[in-house]
Amino acid sequence: MSSFMSASIGRKFFMSITGLFLISFLIIHLTLNLFLTFDDSGTLFNLAAHFMATNPFIRIMEPLLSLGFVIHIIWSGWITLENMRARPQKYEYGDQQLSWWAPSKNMFILGSMVLIFLVIHLTNFYLKMKFTGDPLLSSVNIDGTEMHNAYALVSSLFMNKGYGLLYIAGGILVGLHISHGFWSAFQTIGFSNQVWLKRLKAVAVTVGIVFAVGFSYIPIYFMIKF
Amino acid sequence: MSTLNSKIPAGPIAEKWTNHKAKIKVVSPANKRKLDVIVVGTGLAGASAAASLAELGYNVTAFCYQDSPRRAHSIAAQGGINAAKNYQNDNDSVYRLFYDTIKGGDYRAREANVHRLAEVSPNIIDQCVAQGVPFAREYGGTLSNRSFGGVLVSRTFYARGQTGQQLLLGAYSALNRQINAGTVKMHTRHEMLDLVVIDGKARGIIARDMVSGEVKRFGAHAVVLATGGYANVFFLSTNAMGCNASASWVAYKKGAYFANPCYVQIHPTCIPVHGSQQSKLTLMSESLRNDGRVWVPRKKEDAEKLRRGEIRPNDIADVDRDFYLERRYPSYGNLVPRDVASRAAKERCDAGFGVNKEGMAVFLDFKYAIERLGQETIAKRYGNLFQMYEKITDVNPYKEPMQIYPAIHYAMGGTWVDYNLMTTIPGLYSLGEANFSDHGANRLGASALMQGLADGYFVLPYTIGDYLGNEIMVPKINTNLPEFEAAEKAVTERLEKLFNIKGKTPADHFHKKLGAILWDYVGMSRNEAGLKKAIEEIKKLRKEFYADLLVPGELKNVNPELEKAGRVADFLEFGELLARDALNRKESCGGHFREESATEEGEAKRDDENFAYVAAWEFKGVDEEPALHKEDLVFETIQLTQRSYK
Amino acid sequence: MADIILNKIYVKVWRQNSPKAKGRFETYQVENVSQGSSFLEMIDILNDKLILEGKDPIAFDHDCREGICGMCSMYINGHAHGPDTEVTTCQLHMRKFHEGQTIVVEPWRAAAFPVIKDVMVDRSAFEKIQQAGGYVSVNTGGVPDGNVILIGQDDAEEAMDAAACIGCGACVATCKNSSAMLFVAAKVSQFAKLPQGKVEAKKRAKAMVAKMDELGFGSCTNTGGCELACPKSISIAHIARLNREYLSAKLSD
Repeated sequence: MSSFMSASIGRKFFMSITGLFLISFLIIHLTLNLFLTFDDSGTLFNLAAHFMATNPFIRIMEPLLSLGFVIHIIWSGWITLENMRARPQKYEYGDQQLSWWAPSKNMFILGSMVLIFLVIHLTNFYLKMKFTGDPLLSSVNIDGTEMHNAYALVSSLFMNKGYGLLYIAGGILVGLHISHGFWSAFQTIGFSNQVWLKRLKAVAVTVGIVFAVGFSYIPIYFMIKF
Repeated sequence: MSTLNSKIPAGPIAEKWTNHKAKIKVVSPANKRKLDVIVVGTGLAGASAAASLAELGYNVTAFCYQDSPRRAHSIAAQGGINAAKNYQNDNDSVYRLFYDTIKGGDYRAREANVHRLAEVSPNIIDQCVAQGVPFAREYGGTLSNRSFGGVLVSRTFYARGQTGQQLLLGAYSALNRQINAGTVKMHTRHEMLDLVVIDGKARGIIARDMVSGEVKRFGAHAVVLATGGYANVFFLSTNAMGCNASASWVAYKKGAYFANPCYVQIHPTCIPVHGSQQSKLTLMSESLRNDGRVWVPRKKEDAEKLRRGEIRPNDIADVDRDFYLERRYPSYGNLVPRDVASRAAKERCDAGFGVNKEGMAVFLDFKYAIERLGQETIAKRYGNLFQMYEKITDVNPYKEPMQIYPAIHYAMGGTWVDYNLMTTIPGLYSLGEANFSDHGANRLGASALMQGLADGYFVLPYTIGDYLGNEIMVPKINTNLPEFEAAEKAVTERLEKLFNIKGKTPADHFHKKLGAILWDYVGMSRNEAGLKKAIEEIKKLRKEFYADLLVPGELKNVNPELEKAGRVADFLEFGELLARDALNRKESCGGHFREESATEEGEAKRDDENFAYVAAWEFKGVDEEPALHKEDLVFETIQLTQRSYK
Repeated sequence: MADIILNKIYVKVWRQNSPKAKGRFETYQVENVSQGSSFLEMIDILNDKLILEGKDPIAFDHDCREGICGMCSMYINGHAHGPDTEVTTCQLHMRKFHEGQTIVVEPWRAAAFPVIKDVMVDRSAFEKIQQAGGYVSVNTGGVPDGNVILIGQDDAEEAMDAAACIGCGACVATCKNSSAMLFVAAKVSQFAKLPQGKVEAKKRAKAMVAKMDELGFGSCTNTGGCELACPKSISIAHIARLNREYLSAKLSD
């Protein structure tokens, strides 16, 4: 197993599996977040947030998710370091084969930016909801259950133009990252061939756009509406 | 004149090889481990021989000048490989392949060798399939065939237009397997510069490490040359830039006779020369003649307009096109052998019908095949060739006919070998294009691959045992022996000599001049006066070379100019032998066309009475005349007739 | 074949006298180059000029000059094998360049391909990968008739697509990670598609990947740059097959 973990394909395998796992999380995340825009009273979103905070299955998944992030991040650093070592001397006239902004060429940079965003994002919400608390989080009662008013916290943040723009940028970064990461993960685990390669690439771009648009839509909604 | 013992076994032609194998010595596995063999060159013949010998248990040391065995020029063969499988049920047989090869070679090949070649040809296909060579397949999964020039059956196996590549990669993989097993020691970027002969036997080589510049000694119980042909003596040829005759030439100088150097194949379908900056010529596979029709304009004024660029080829109506091969050779048409097709193209161009600016090109047109079979089918058959043509010429051959012209392609002549493929130096073998034995005066398409692999996989591994069986008591060859020392010293001195001329002219300039002399006087058409002139001019050029050569760089570093200088120096001697052999052979046969020996229609005329022999030349000194030895060609099975493809 | 003459172009090329020497760029002027000439013919002209000027000519690998031997290897203006598709350096023609242009020529850059001299690199790492398992283990002789092993046309064609690899190293040169995955995939995939190769498919995939890793090539991040640079357009779908072969081999360990 150790030889597998350090082998180039083995390392990539871990990236793929964790990447796909993180994508599945993002799908749930995006779906729930979109509740923000369906119900301006916030009830729907608060119910969803409460469900996520209390459901035992989700509770179990939470540390796994963190582990997924950690592996994905550490492995990416490891792979990038090794890959840089594979070309100690750079070209004078840089690669013209792919355009400079191609996500596939910039996964580590995109990922790092997503990570920075993630840290801010966690401080904004997760930290407050879980640990430090926040005046906006005063509890509400919905159908007899006491819960955090997560909606108040989120909506107030998105009404701030600066944070709104930051979250739009975050959504686009995640979208770009996934527009390559999605098909790349399937390619790495070997689920691809001449036919599926094209399909997966198309699906990846679609998924990337859905995430970018979906996540950006929420702050835009709040910035315009309120 | 000494007689050459070709060691052809007695008995009926079909039983010679079987009988011979039964009689020759076999070395025990325990003794094979004690025997070293050097293989120089890693093309089809070299790689297959090195791998097969190592599988048998010999210790093999292999050499190539490229950075990988896979880059040998066998890789460039496009069309296919012949084998008498009769998979098409078109009445093919070992005999028919044998007969076609003898006839195609214009009755100047050794019957026994050719029959053996035909006999082992089916095994080659089986071997390659087992190695994972992706030959073209029918829908049902069986192997596919195509037809080639000079034959009436479909017996050519192919892998798109990259058959040579795939076969070489097959042999290369077998070689790699042995390198991995430690039975072959591979030396890449090494060039053989001398042969070491001890007590009359080949015992090793001197090679230069082309990276460090170091000159090294290697000893072995036998040395195998699989170093390819000498076509590059013409400078412009379809050979790779590095192809050279030096290994064969040093062997010649050490006593190996050189046979039939005047037999050079001129391939009819190459991309024509453009301008003066060209470094090499690119072949378009002969398989294209299966579906392409060769033509020039019927009217001279059309040809002139084409040359001036006033009209495009498609402006010329079908009735105004002269499909000269179909006209002159109705039964074989566009599929006549290479020598015939080449001369016919030259004849039309000399008569003023050439179609490019220089007037040195004819058309190869796929319009008719595309109409008949559709573009898709044509693309499937020749897609990569068409792409290659377009990249080079900027002309789309699906829309406009290709322009082609003959170019030097292959050397039928080579080191003289007996039936065991051993040269006149005991313990020195020569395989593939480097030897002379199987193609006579003209090689049929798709037969070079067959011969290279036959020699390496199925002939040498048997016949070498007959020699090595007597060598089992000989200990490992000591490379400190005086013969090695002397050979190394000679090589070093020669390199220093070339390096220290410090003249004004780089080696390529001499090579180009030599090529021009040979192309003009010893090319597609030769005559006595021209050949004599060529010999004089080459001698003069050789003097100039040693007075004015300029080799830059360092002796002990990567130095391509030094490598070139050595090769050109050898070509300057070899070119003379080529012209001498052509002068000696007063008949026309195959690729060798003497103007003095032609029929009234301009076809080649053989002279079986006086020239049914192999001319094997013995070295007597650089500025001395070589001695001629004749091996009479005895045709027991096939009756000699004047070749006709009409 | 109308040949336009380029009166003057500039070649900025990497010069390095030996593997350990420090390299640098030098710019040379080249005159009167026909656009119908190949890129290497242009280098020939330049070298001829350098020799006559008493300078050391540029060392570069080349041999067949028809795009099949895989020897030529120049990184030209940010493209492995130069700015054209499906060509090797020797098939690149000067009609891709214009009057007065400066052409930057670099060697393949990869830790696994050290420079030998100028733009000539050592690709023996490729040899070692092939030696580790790029073969079907059969000896000469004793094999069945060619038609005993039936292979569907589609499989044969796909195997041939992969087998077309010429081992030039453009994939490694162009990959931002200097990964050799396309090269390894081409061989593994060719054999994986053929019944002859399936027998030792697992062993082969593991051995070749292990050797590739050992030699210091980077890992594949699926940028697809290799397939664009590949003169034979070998698809990265073969890399997916290599991954599949490797993972299934490892799973059954």
